[in-house]
Amino acid sequence: MSLAELICPAGTPAALRTAVDAGADAVYCGFQDATNARNFPGLNFTPDELSEAVAYAHARGAKVLLALNTYPPAGKVDLWRQAADTGVRLGVDAFIVADMGVADYIARAHPGIRLHLSVQAAASSPEAIRYYCQNFGVKRVVLPRILTIPEIREIRKEIPCEIETFIFGNHGLMVEGRCSLTNYLTGQSTNMDGVCSPASDVEYTRHEDGSMSSRLSGFTIDCFGPDEKAGYPTICKGRYTAPHRPEGYYAFEEPVSLNLSRLLPELIDAGVHAFKIEGRQRSKSYVRGVVSAFRQAVDDIRAGRAANIADLVALTEGQKQTQGAFETKKWR
Amino acid sequence: MSTGLGQSHRSQNPGQAVVSRLACAVVQPLLSRVVRRIAARHPSLFARLGPHQSTDFLIDPVELPFALHLRPDPHALVFRAVPRNTALRAGAVIRGRFLLLLELIDSEEDGDAAFFSRDLEVSGDTEAVVRLRNALDDVDGSIAEETAAIFGRPGQAILARLRHSYPPGLKGHPAP
Repeated sequence: MSLAELICPAGTPAALRTAVDAGADAVYCGFQDATNARNFPGLNFTPDELSEAVAYAHARGAKVLLALNTYPPAGKVDLWRQAADTGVRLGVDAFIVADMGVADYIARAHPGIRLHLSVQAAASSPEAIRYYCQNFGVKRVVLPRILTIPEIREIRKEIPCEIETFIFGNHGLMVEGRCSLTNYLTGQSTNMDGVCSPASDVEYTRHEDGSMSSRLSGFTIDCFGPDEKAGYPTICKGRYTAPHRPEGYYAFEEPVSLNLSRLLPELIDAGVHAFKIEGRQRSKSYVRGVVSAFRQAVDDIRAGRAANIADLVALTEGQKQTQGAFETKKWR
Repeated sequence: MSTGLGQSHRSQNPGQAVVSRLACAVVQPLLSRVVRRIAARHPSLFARLGPHQSTDFLIDPVELPFALHLRPDPHALVFRAVPRNTALRAGAVIRGRFLLLLELIDSEEDGDAAFFSRDLEVSGDTEAVVRLRNALDDVDGSIAEETAAIFGRPGQAILARLRHSYPPGLKGHPAP
């Protein structure tokens, strides 16, 4: 049986402490800049805060993983290199990287540190994963959310590193690491600036009938009826009208969250080493509730008991959840 | 970007307006005391607000007879009760039931989940709202409890009574 480590999100020092106290085996976080894919206003860590967070986590047996999972624009690698150097100095346990140049720098400058391959690298084949392992010494791959469990089981046999899969949270998986939809409307890059649908470009409007529209850079992304649950204002989850669908439809994906709580035993059996909870942008309340629920579930499974999974639907986007491609390729 | 409270979907009749002005007068001294104490105890939260320390937030607890105006400028803090028909041009408006807003401040509830369920409404400058949320979320402990403690046992009793006054599952639902 795999170790089934629980990898948990933290957008602030208080959230990191909450995650550790709730039973995280490791917490992932980022600096307050474009080096990570949750570069949101008021979120993330200063170097001093990260130093204290590492001490707090290590004192309680938890690890800290630093996300450097965006892509430096050509010729502008200094910010990523400095972040890596700072992370090593502060004692983080591993870096989560996507860009080959960043991986190469860390592998050469800091050969002792673990590298995890971010989902943003979109490495979904044994050939791609082996390339990162052989060239940069990657020890773990975070798989894109497009694979079935039998496919994960087969990949596990063909790669020399650990596997981490998402088990809960945002399910925006459209060509992970290569999505440029936000760029078209905002001029900011999800992959290079670390922010999808920047809050400064988002506007919500409540209408007289109780409906609410969400807009990004002036373009309407969705309009939710008075009693309809809402989702994030991302283009990939927008609802649009078209000549053949005048009523409006989700052209790419629907506002829904991933929840694999029922598939944990199968994932462990398939050789998944670590389970990732998405949500660095979420509150301490979310971190406390989700981490506690999955800590209990994983402990139950390890002890040979049936997992008692808490109901987490209230925390999901649109208050809807899916097992996505992990259950079946029929999921679009 | 600014949002006038006059755009609120909840208008007041003359009687409600009088009650609102009276309520504002009663609670204002308490609010000033509370915000000074909280700011002194949690100075780090201002850094996460960045440029939005000077933004005017309008916090609208839908079932109370007044709204709250917050400008989280550490050098010139503003936290005051205002009538719902105020002419204030707010940079951002946050609207929901009082207990929900209180529990969001304390991270007892998740802001995104409250938004998904439509129990929480935001308008105006979304970045300002996100920064305020993240700043408050990095505060350890309960701001509600600290506030109640300022007023001793009576304050704590009022908070406990408030929390029990909402039926389970109803705290987030908008007022009829």
